[in-house]
Amino acid sequence: MHRRTLLASATALAATLAMPAFAQDEPLKVGFIYVGPVGDGGWSYQHDQGRQAIEAEYGDRVQTTYIESVPEGADAERALTQLALAGNKLIFATSFGFMDAVINTAAKFPDVRFEHATGYTRADNVATYDARFYEGRAVIGTIAGRMTKSNKIGYIGSFPIPEVVQGINSSFIHARKVNPDVEMRVVWASSWFDPAKEADAAAALIAEGVDVILQHTDSTAPQAKAQEAGIIAFGQASDMAAFKPTPRVSSIIDNWAPYYVERVGQVLDGTWEPHAVWLGIGDGAVEIGEITEAVPPEVKAEAEALRDRIGAGEYHPFTGPLNKQDGSVWLAEGETASDKDLASMNFYVEGITAQLPR
Amino acid sequence: MTDLVWLLLTASTPILWAALGEMVAERAGVLNLGVEGMMITGALAGFAVAHATGSPSAGFIGAAVAGAALSLIFSLVTLVFLANQVATGLALTLFGLGLTAMFGKAYEGMKAPAMGFDWVVWMGLLLVPALWWWLNRTRAGLTLRSVGDNHDAAHALGTPVRLVRLGAIAVGGALAGVGGAYVSIARVLQWTEGMTAGAGWIALAIVVFAGWSPIGVLAGAALFGGVTVLQLRAQAAGFHLPVQLLAASPYIATIIVLVLISAQHKYLRRGAGAAPGSLGQTFHPDT
Repeated sequence: MHRRTLLASATALAATLAMPAFAQDEPLKVGFIYVGPVGDGGWSYQHDQGRQAIEAEYGDRVQTTYIESVPEGADAERALTQLALAGNKLIFATSFGFMDAVINTAAKFPDVRFEHATGYTRADNVATYDARFYEGRAVIGTIAGRMTKSNKIGYIGSFPIPEVVQGINSSFIHARKVNPDVEMRVVWASSWFDPAKEADAAAALIAEGVDVILQHTDSTAPQAKAQEAGIIAFGQASDMAAFKPTPRVSSIIDNWAPYYVERVGQVLDGTWEPHAVWLGIGDGAVEIGEITEAVPPEVKAEAEALRDRIGAGEYHPFTGPLNKQDGSVWLAEGETASDKDLASMNFYVEGITAQLPR
Repeated sequence: MTDLVWLLLTASTPILWAALGEMVAERAGVLNLGVEGMMITGALAGFAVAHATGSPSAGFIGAAVAGAALSLIFSLVTLVFLANQVATGLALTLFGLGLTAMFGKAYEGMKAPAMGFDWVVWMGLLLVPALWWWLNRTRAGLTLRSVGDNHDAAHALGTPVRLVRLGAIAVGGALAGVGGAYVSIARVLQWTEGMTAGAGWIALAIVVFAGWSPIGVLAGAALFGGVTVLQLRAQAAGFHLPVQLLAASPYIATIIVLVLISAQHKYLRRGAGAAPGSLGQTFHPDT
C-alpha cells in the first residue's frame, strides 16, 4: 500500500515537472539594475519609466524585474548573476560603473543579452547605448549664461568620466558664447546619488557666489538648496517638474523608453544584435524640459532655436575654433569633434579655471 | 567665515545626534547596528509630520517618536527573545530602508516647510555636556554604565537590566530619528529614498572612535562633518587639489585619529576609552 502511494505521488510529481514543457508562450524576462533608487526623481527614475514603457507595449509577452540601488563594484556582478539565474534573457545595466560587472557576467551567460548604458566595452552578447547629454547641456548652458548676474555658474559633477566632462565643457562653451564674463565653478560629489552631499555641494557653490547651478548627479537635493537660496537650477535626467517655475527653469530629460521598447521587440522577433548607439536630441532620447516663465522670452526663443538646430543636425555643440584648457588647439575653425574624441574626453576647454581630476 | 562654521555645524549635526544616541545604547551594553535604519525612518517620519503640520519642530518630535518606535522592535527581539544583537541590528537597518522606501513614495517631490530658528544644531551641542554629566555624575548614569560593563553583576545587585536597556535603546532610537530628520528637514529640504546614504554607519564608527565619551563623539562628528564640508568648499573656491584625495579625506582623517587614540590608550589608566564590558552580549536573566 505504501509503495503504491509512493508510486502514485511520484507519477504526479513527474507530471507536474513536465508541465512547463507544454507551456510554449512563456513571457520574455527582462531584468534591470539601477544605480540609485527608483524614487531618486532623476536618472534611475527615467530608466524605470523606460521599463514601464516595455510592459505597456508588450503586456503579457514580457515580464520585467528590477534591482535598485546597486552599488558600482562587486555587488553589481552579484545582482546581474542573480538576474541571469532567474531566467532573464535581456538585462539592462543602467550605469557607467557597471561595465566590468556586465562583461564578466556576460561571459558566464552567453545566451543572455546585456545592454549597458553609457559604457564602451562590448561583446557578442553585450550592446552599449548612450545619449548625447552634451547636446542638452549646450541648450541649458546658453540659458545659464544669459541668466547669471554674478557671472558665476556652479556645476556639481559626479565622477570625472568623459560623459560628465563633455557636459561641463558643452555648458561652459555655450554660456561663454552668450556671456564672455562667465566663470565656471566645479564641485565633485564623488557619488551619483547622495542627497546630503549634493545639498552640501550646492551650499558650497552658493557660498562662493554662484547664482546658477547645473548638476550631473541624480537627486533633486541641489534643486531644493537652490530654491532656499533663491537662485536657479536645471532638472537633470528627469524633468524635476516639482521645482517649476523656479528654481528649475528648464531641464535635460533622458527618454529611454523608445530605445527600450525597440530592443525588447528585437529580442522577441530574433533580430537583436550587439551594437553601440549614441542617441541625441534628434532621436528623441534627449529632451529639453519646458523653459519656464522665469526665463525672459528672448532667451527662451534663443535656447529653443539652438535645440532645434542641434536636433536637425545643423549644428554640433563642439564646433571649432576650440582650444583645450592649456591653450593648445583642439578643433580648427569649422571642425567638429568626432564621436571617438568625445567618448574619451579627458580635458577641459580653454577658459575653465578649475583643474580636471585624473 | 561664519557661513563656513555654520556649514560645518549643519554637516555634523545628523551624525552627532545619531552617534550620541548610539553611545547611550552602547554604554548600556547594547550594540545596535540599526542606526541607519532608525535615521532613515526618522528622516521620513520627520518630513511627513513637518509637511502635514507645517512645523519643522513638530517634525523633529515626530522623528524622535518614530525612531524610538522602530528601536522597540530591536528591544523586543534582543531583550525578550534573546536574539543576537548584531544580526538584529543589521535586520533593523534593512527593515528601515525598505519600509521608508515603500511609505516614502507619497512624499517624493514635496518640499519641507521653511525652518525658523535651527534649534536642533544648538540642542545637539548642549546634549554633549548634558550627557557627560548625566553619565558620570548621576546615579542613573552610573546604573546605566554598570549594566553595560557587567550585566550579571548589575542583575545580582537587583538592577532591572532589561528595563535599563529598553530605555537606552529607545533613547538611541529617538536621537537617531532626530539626526535623520535633520537631513530631510534642514539639510536637503525634501524626502528622497535612501537619503541618509550611510550616515548611520559613520555614526557607529564615531562611537568607537570617541572611546564611548560624549566629548569624543562631538570631536568625531565635527571632524567628519568638517572635513566633508571643507573639501567641498575647497573645490568650489577652485583650489587645485586632487579631488579623489579630498573625497577620501574624511575617512583618512578618521583613521588617523583612531590610530592616535589607540596609541594613546596604552598610557592611559586601564579601562578609559575601552568598550563597555558587556557590549553586544545577550543577557540571560536566569543565569
